[in-house]
Amino acid sequence: MIKTQYRELHCSSPRYWGGLASLAFIILVGLGAAFHMEHNGHFVTGMSNQIVWGLPHVFAIFLIVAASGALNVASIGSVFGGPMYKPLGRFSGLLAIGLLAGGLVVLLLDLGRPDRLIVAMTTYNFKSIFAWNIILYTGFFTIVGLYLWTMMDRKFEQYKRPVGFAAFFWRIALTTGTGSIFGFLVAREAYDAAIMAPMFIIMSFSYGLAFFIITLISAYWWAGRTIGDLRLAKLKNLLGVFVGAVLYFALVYHLTNLYVTQHHGVERFILLDGGIYTNMFWIGQVLIGGVIPLFLLYSPAFTTSRFALSIASLLVLIGGFFQVYVIVIGGQAYPMNLFPGKEVLESSFYDGVVASYTPTTAEALLGIAGIAIAMTLVAVGSRMLRVLPESLEDPAEGECA
Amino acid sequence: MDRLTGIKRFAGVLVGGALLLFTTGAISETAVTEGSKAAGLDTCVAPTADIRRNHMDYLKHDRDLTVRKGIRETQYSLAECVECHAEKDDSGAYKPVNAEGQFCSSCHNYVAVSLSCFQCHRKTPELKSGSDTAMNQGGDFNVESLGLLQSLDKPVSLSRDELVRLHATVKGD
Amino acid sequence: MSCNSDQPDMNRRGFLGKTVVAATAAVVAPGIMLTVAKASSEEGASSAVRWGMLIDTNKCADGCSACVDACNKENGIDLMQRPEGQADEMWNAQRPQWVRKVKLRDKQTGEVSNLPMMCQHCEHPPCVDVCPTGASFKRADGIVMVDRHTCIGCRYCMMACPYKARSFIHQDVAEQLTGAPRGKGCVESCNLCAGRIDAGNSTTACQDACNRDGHQAILFGDLKNPDSEIAKALKTESSHQIRADLELNTGVRYTNI
Repeated sequence: MIKTQYRELHCSSPRYWGGLASLAFIILVGLGAAFHMEHNGHFVTGMSNQIVWGLPHVFAIFLIVAASGALNVASIGSVFGGPMYKPLGRFSGLLAIGLLAGGLVVLLLDLGRPDRLIVAMTTYNFKSIFAWNIILYTGFFTIVGLYLWTMMDRKFEQYKRPVGFAAFFWRIALTTGTGSIFGFLVAREAYDAAIMAPMFIIMSFSYGLAFFIITLISAYWWAGRTIGDLRLAKLKNLLGVFVGAVLYFALVYHLTNLYVTQHHGVERFILLDGGIYTNMFWIGQVLIGGVIPLFLLYSPAFTTSRFALSIASLLVLIGGFFQVYVIVIGGQAYPMNLFPGKEVLESSFYDGVVASYTPTTAEALLGIAGIAIAMTLVAVGSRMLRVLPESLEDPAEGECA
Repeated sequence: MDRLTGIKRFAGVLVGGALLLFTTGAISETAVTEGSKAAGLDTCVAPTADIRRNHMDYLKHDRDLTVRKGIRETQYSLAECVECHAEKDDSGAYKPVNAEGQFCSSCHNYVAVSLSCFQCHRKTPELKSGSDTAMNQGGDFNVESLGLLQSLDKPVSLSRDELVRLHATVKGD
Repeated sequence: MSCNSDQPDMNRRGFLGKTVVAATAAVVAPGIMLTVAKASSEEGASSAVRWGMLIDTNKCADGCSACVDACNKENGIDLMQRPEGQADEMWNAQRPQWVRKVKLRDKQTGEVSNLPMMCQHCEHPPCVDVCPTGASFKRADGIVMVDRHTCIGCRYCMMACPYKARSFIHQDVAEQLTGAPRGKGCVESCNLCAGRIDAGNSTTACQDACNRDGHQAILFGDLKNPDSEIAKALKTESSHQIRADLELNTGVRYTNI
């Protein structure tokens, strides 16, 4: 059996540093946008007392959800013993850390008082799922860091499996926590559902894997290394299953809601006459994020097409972004029903009215900077650490067994 | 070599001494600004040195009492700092205590400690009197109502302000 | 003299050097101060009371905004400046509104009613449950409010509140009232005029304003005291909690909705 050789990501200097420089530029612009928002206050954003969580939160939640999903490849390798995935474990851990860091930076910079990070880290209300998430996030960094260590240091190899297990359970807890941020909001009709937590887990599987495939292909293209068809085919099939599962969960979620008469209004809003949210749901989430990728992944015409796989992964991410947008913003835009059986004639606070939200450039720039931070961490990490195998050519017949 | 070290050391002592001189100049005398109510008082709500050193802890402790428990009659309150230490300008209007050179900011700038209270709190005393929420109204306290000297049949009628100042006068320097 | 280590010591020495009389007084005075302070005002919020409100929507007049105006004045909300060039719609969506007037029509019967809507001061407030730092809290006397000192501005409480009662401060605030601190980046909401209540008042600003205009739609008082006006009224009239289905046991109740 050929032993997998890991080597730092080396490619021609201009390519690497050029890429890094453009990422740094995006980050810098994003930080400028964050400063603009913090300096002036949130009035320069589209967020208001009606839509309290805006585009930055969509980016942040999207990245955090994807982060825990990105770790799956490593889990499959060391927890579930998939030999084809084993060499990918290190990179998977690194990507998970990077994505989570990117998401958290966005979340942090959108706080009303980001200067009080220390308060958030030292004062806990343990009844708050948000406080639990802060612990889950910091714990995730630690455990995945240890996991990386055990994967990379032969001396600690015997700990790889237990730490891998711990990381797997921790990531499930983390996504459950992220999903529960919404699932526990009893007041809002779009959120009050226990299915939110498992749905977020499935979403994380799908987004995380899509992120993984894209970064892996780009890294190998960057470094001029090769990936075997068989390995990609494995990842591709897995992605197909996850994308299908996300669609299934979306279906169950909406069916459940449709069964509850009280929730007909919000379902009608998302599925039929919610304007932009309806479009995002059907075109963004279902078509771009579900149907087209499934077609690209399973159509015999694209069996070995790497381009199709990359496009499919990209579409999964775009569709996923829309899905989170519909959940976060759409769920808030639909008015809360304070007075059942009554219609609101007048209110200075937009009671009973669909809240409007127009994200500003600053919010988008901050969110994009989060993705850039994730990618920068991955680029720097894979340059400095031996996370990427020299070659991912398919193993010869029988070697995997 | 040794001689050089000696010179260096001597220079160090000189520089250090000079710095010390500056610092004592800054803290030894009063930091209270002219034209504020505090300038006319003997001492703060506790001995001045104590307040200088511990005011942040006292304020933090009592703010939690006030916000969390609704105890408004605390010995240390930021509103009172502002009430006493705000300086009036020529036209009789109050200057914000966190303005350049004013009581709070002069010290905080000197020691380079950020002063975040006034991101939310009012920086000047409120002009209207008799407000329900204003912490105290000031004024001279009546010596006869010093509590200690009162006869038993008379009810104790000390305003909070009087008490605080009585407390400070008998205890402080 | 070293400038930062011996100040308290110096002071202590000075203190010890005081005359016997002064020293005795120093020992006695704090005790007296304590007792007097106790006599003059209650020791903070007590769980023996629960503040609440009863709003008679029949008496709430159409087009009247006395309670809203009074609230804005009492809590310094009217001191806030609209950011330059901001449209009405955005300003209304972003400015703090502790209390708002809502006009409703019954979909079946067409009956029109008016009511003020504010923080309902739940017994089990969702905003307190979700707050990661514990900045959103409930006082012993049932008042739900935000401790600005630990609020990080995450706005999760606003997501969780079933009544949209909370406002985020979206901009710098130049001037505040002493009793109503306010600054960019924190969340706030109606606190039942906690400062007034602590000062011994028995009415809120909105109630005073409503009474002054002759409507008397707002009744504020102690829900736990069976002899209070509000407790008696609640016992005799049928009242209504908004979103009673959530079983939050609100402190603010409505009649004739």
